Amino acid sequence: MSRQSVAKAHQKIQELSWEPAYHEPVSQYGTDYSFQKAQKKDPLKQVLRSYFPMQEEKDHRVYGAADGAIRGNMFRQVQERWLEWQKLFLSIIPLPEISAARAMPLLFRTVPNPELHNGQAIQMIDEVRHSTIQQNLKRLYMNNYIDPAGFNSSLRNFQNDYCGTIGRQFAEGFITGDAITAASIYLTIVAETAFTNTLFVAMPAEAAANGDYLLPTVFHSVQSDESRHISNGYATLLMALSDEGNHQLLARDLRYAWWNNHRVVDAAIGTFIEYGTKDRRKDRESYAEMWRRWIYDDYYRSYLVPLEKYGLEIPHDLIEESWNQIWNKGYVHEVAQFFATGWLANYWRIDPMTDKDFEWFEFKYPGWYEKYGKWWENYNRLSMPNGHKPIVFEDVDYEYPHRCWTCMVPCLVREDMVMAKVDGQWRTYCHEMCKWTDETAFRPTYQGRQTPNMGQLIGHREWETLYHGWNWADVVSDMGFVRDDGKTMVAQPHLDLNPDKMWTLDHLRRCPPLQSPNVLLNEMSDDERTAFAARYVRGGPAGRAPADG
Amino acid sequence: MTATQDSPQVRSVPQPVFTDAEAGAKVFPDSTERHFNYYTPQKRKQSHYEDVTVEVQPDPRHYLSQGWLYGFSDGRGGYPLDWTVLKAWGSDRPEPARGPGTGGKGYDWPATGWHEFRDPNEEWEMTLYRYNSNVVRQVTQNVEAARQSKAFEQWNRNWIRFIEHHVGAWMHVDHGLGLYLFANANRRAPTNMHNNAISVNSMHRIRAAQDLALYNLTLSEELPDFDGSAHLETWNSDPAWQGVRDLAERLTAIDDWCEAIFAANVVFEPLVGELFRSQLVQQASPGNGDFVTPTVVGAAEYDFAERDLRYTRAMFELLTADKEFADHNKAIMQDWLSDWTTRAIEAARTMQPLWSQPDSKPPRFEDGLDRAKSRFSGIVIGLGLEEPKELAQ
Repeated sequence: MSRQSVAKAHQKIQELSWEPAYHEPVSQYGTDYSFQKAQKKDPLKQVLRSYFPMQEEKDHRVYGAADGAIRGNMFRQVQERWLEWQKLFLSIIPLPEISAARAMPLLFRTVPNPELHNGQAIQMIDEVRHSTIQQNLKRLYMNNYIDPAGFNSSLRNFQNDYCGTIGRQFAEGFITGDAITAASIYLTIVAETAFTNTLFVAMPAEAAANGDYLLPTVFHSVQSDESRHISNGYATLLMALSDEGNHQLLARDLRYAWWNNHRVVDAAIGTFIEYGTKDRRKDRESYAEMWRRWIYDDYYRSYLVPLEKYGLEIPHDLIEESWNQIWNKGYVHEVAQFFATGWLANYWRIDPMTDKDFEWFEFKYPGWYEKYGKWWENYNRLSMPNGHKPIVFEDVDYEYPHRCWTCMVPCLVREDMVMAKVDGQWRTYCHEMCKWTDETAFRPTYQGRQTPNMGQLIGHREWETLYHGWNWADVVSDMGFVRDDGKTMVAQPHLDLNPDKMWTLDHLRRCPPLQSPNVLLNEMSDDERTAFAARYVRGGPAGRAPADG
Repeated sequence: MTATQDSPQVRSVPQPVFTDAEAGAKVFPDSTERHFNYYTPQKRKQSHYEDVTVEVQPDPRHYLSQGWLYGFSDGRGGYPLDWTVLKAWGSDRPEPARGPGTGGKGYDWPATGWHEFRDPNEEWEMTLYRYNSNVVRQVTQNVEAARQSKAFEQWNRNWIRFIEHHVGAWMHVDHGLGLYLFANANRRAPTNMHNNAISVNSMHRIRAAQDLALYNLTLSEELPDFDGSAHLETWNSDPAWQGVRDLAERLTAIDDWCEAIFAANVVFEPLVGELFRSQLVQQASPGNGDFVTPTVVGAAEYDFAERDLRYTRAMFELLTADKEFADHNKAIMQDWLSDWTTRAIEAARTMQPLWSQPDSKPPRFEDGLDRAKSRFSGIVIGLGLEEPKELAQ
């Protein structure tokens, strides 16, 4: 391409930046962190002369593969069980990607080192790449996969459904609040460095095992950009660490970001990998095994722990607790069961588990069948409409959970649920850490220190509130999760596309109205609420009522 | 000899399964609904660009039933419409009230005129990488061909000084605006269509800055007396450049994202950018034996004239023709025109000494400025605005 070396070229483009002499650039985002202005090195060392052709070449490979997949009839071998979950995943992920692009300007003024801004601008356009290339993949699925329903309404679904809302934290957390908390710690230090491993490496492997080689093609191409973004985050983190006044905030933000990512990403990706696959080879890694490798070993032990000597307070307890949640408390299984319980509010179809699946789960997670097996057998039994109601209304020993105010995943590990009256409202939280995030971290003071730039948790955070008292047929119609005959639902608790076997709005019309757990909680007297909480934490696993009633 | 195994090794690999999960394999409700049904296309058919762009950035006025979930310290989240004083129809309607039992419905799509904007360049990742790769390949080849043919040796001494100081100084304008105006603005607009177009504009400017910097590096290697760092001194202290620098910095200080894009692409670029590139560098180069610089500078000229100005026009035309706020928007833009035209003409006139520096002179500064003004007037009138009286300065 050029006779000039990249190193020389990169050195030259350092001459481009300049200090303002007449007017300071606009400052629109605040931070409670402080940074010293000091000469820094651009960690990306990327020159656009080589960057653009490199990305174009990567594109050629992606689009070549897409073309090949269609010509080679890839969809004759794709597992529907897998592709259905992509209706959820690909409705979520383009927004986090584009939000990462929008997050980069938050760092321009708050990290006053122009050498880093070049890398941030390249990350910005990388993220535009990711968002649109993923939308394109979804479009291809919509056009070529047997059931386009749910893909064809994707972004509407994502924006008005509780599952999309959970995923949306993974985007909004990047672009609001304290600029460093959002665009550096939450986005680059935790989300990208830790959790893209499961998102963009582990999950594509599972896609390939289910006959879908386009998802790996697109997402590995995306992941090859992530390594650059990780360098961006690392450079900013080291600068933040060099000022001891930031250590308290770094500790806060790592705790918040780690826990929120664990709650959100492990819930979603864990479910896709464990319950969206038909590959039940005993020697294929479970999500827990992948997590141990990619997140515990590669991120925690190899990346985070070495930073301890520079003064970074590592949330060892939360990393161990996350593992405890996944391994001992069945977090992923509880989430998958909840998604399936609430299938009627979804925009994808969920395949029942079979004996082969049971055997694999029992092998990988000893004790799984005793906890979840019976419920999944009931799910299978109730999957086709046959005079009964959807499983959530039937007696299968499952109690509909309350929702966590912070991470918005329901409080599924019942024993961990905690409650608090915050800002005049009773709220439930899935774990003490989510309560801490709302009550303590996202506040204008932290441990006696003024944190005026910290963001706020806002919005109607419990989805059920909006539909309190509604008939389910009206809920599903309001969200638009209905097929083109005007009555058949997009979501189904099975994969059979025979119209006679599909659930319709007529089936839902007979169901009891939707009740918002949070509205009900706030209508309780203090005594009732105390009794409710005492009973709730005795429930589970697998959503069971307390053994003692 | 090769060792053989008695029994074949069994590898653990996923087994291919015939699932027949391809489009058309069965007929059932929705089986032929293969288009995104949550937005209305600009033209008859949904375009590929629209499919990968529209509605990725949500709006509580549409489907975002639970609202934004994370806010700044003042409790505001997402992309507030008042980050610009311009308005598109529907802007003043409150966000749909939602609470216990309200349901999730918003306004019918598109809810506000902001969502009617489409980038006429239809930029998404595939297009932006192809376009910019072509540019960097062509620029690199042009410079390389010139180097091999020893073209730079034909330059006279004054022209070498001109390139090292003045063409070099422009890289700072591109870089500063690319980062602190355009990249910054990609967080500010209320739709994904706006923000993606703006981020592509940002990369054009940053790439153009690097094109000039690397061209400068080549010249440093090829011409023994070429001072590769002279552009820094020029940018920092040459009085002829301080008007441009003052203005470029002032542009990055604008808070309102629409004003920033308007001031940069409607006013600054035609009156200062194109004046410098088209009316000075491109015109003076041939007479001074330089056929290379115009190809480097011409790439940036094309970025602006054929791509960035194009989306800018489409963006502001919608606002000046808005069915509810056209007058409101035109009045504000007219004020912006007055303010920024004054500053741009001042900056342009400060650059005037550059016109006398090459041995072979370009057309007169005043003639060049007249042409720039004429082009600027055409853009302004095309937007439905009036030529500002400040243009007569």
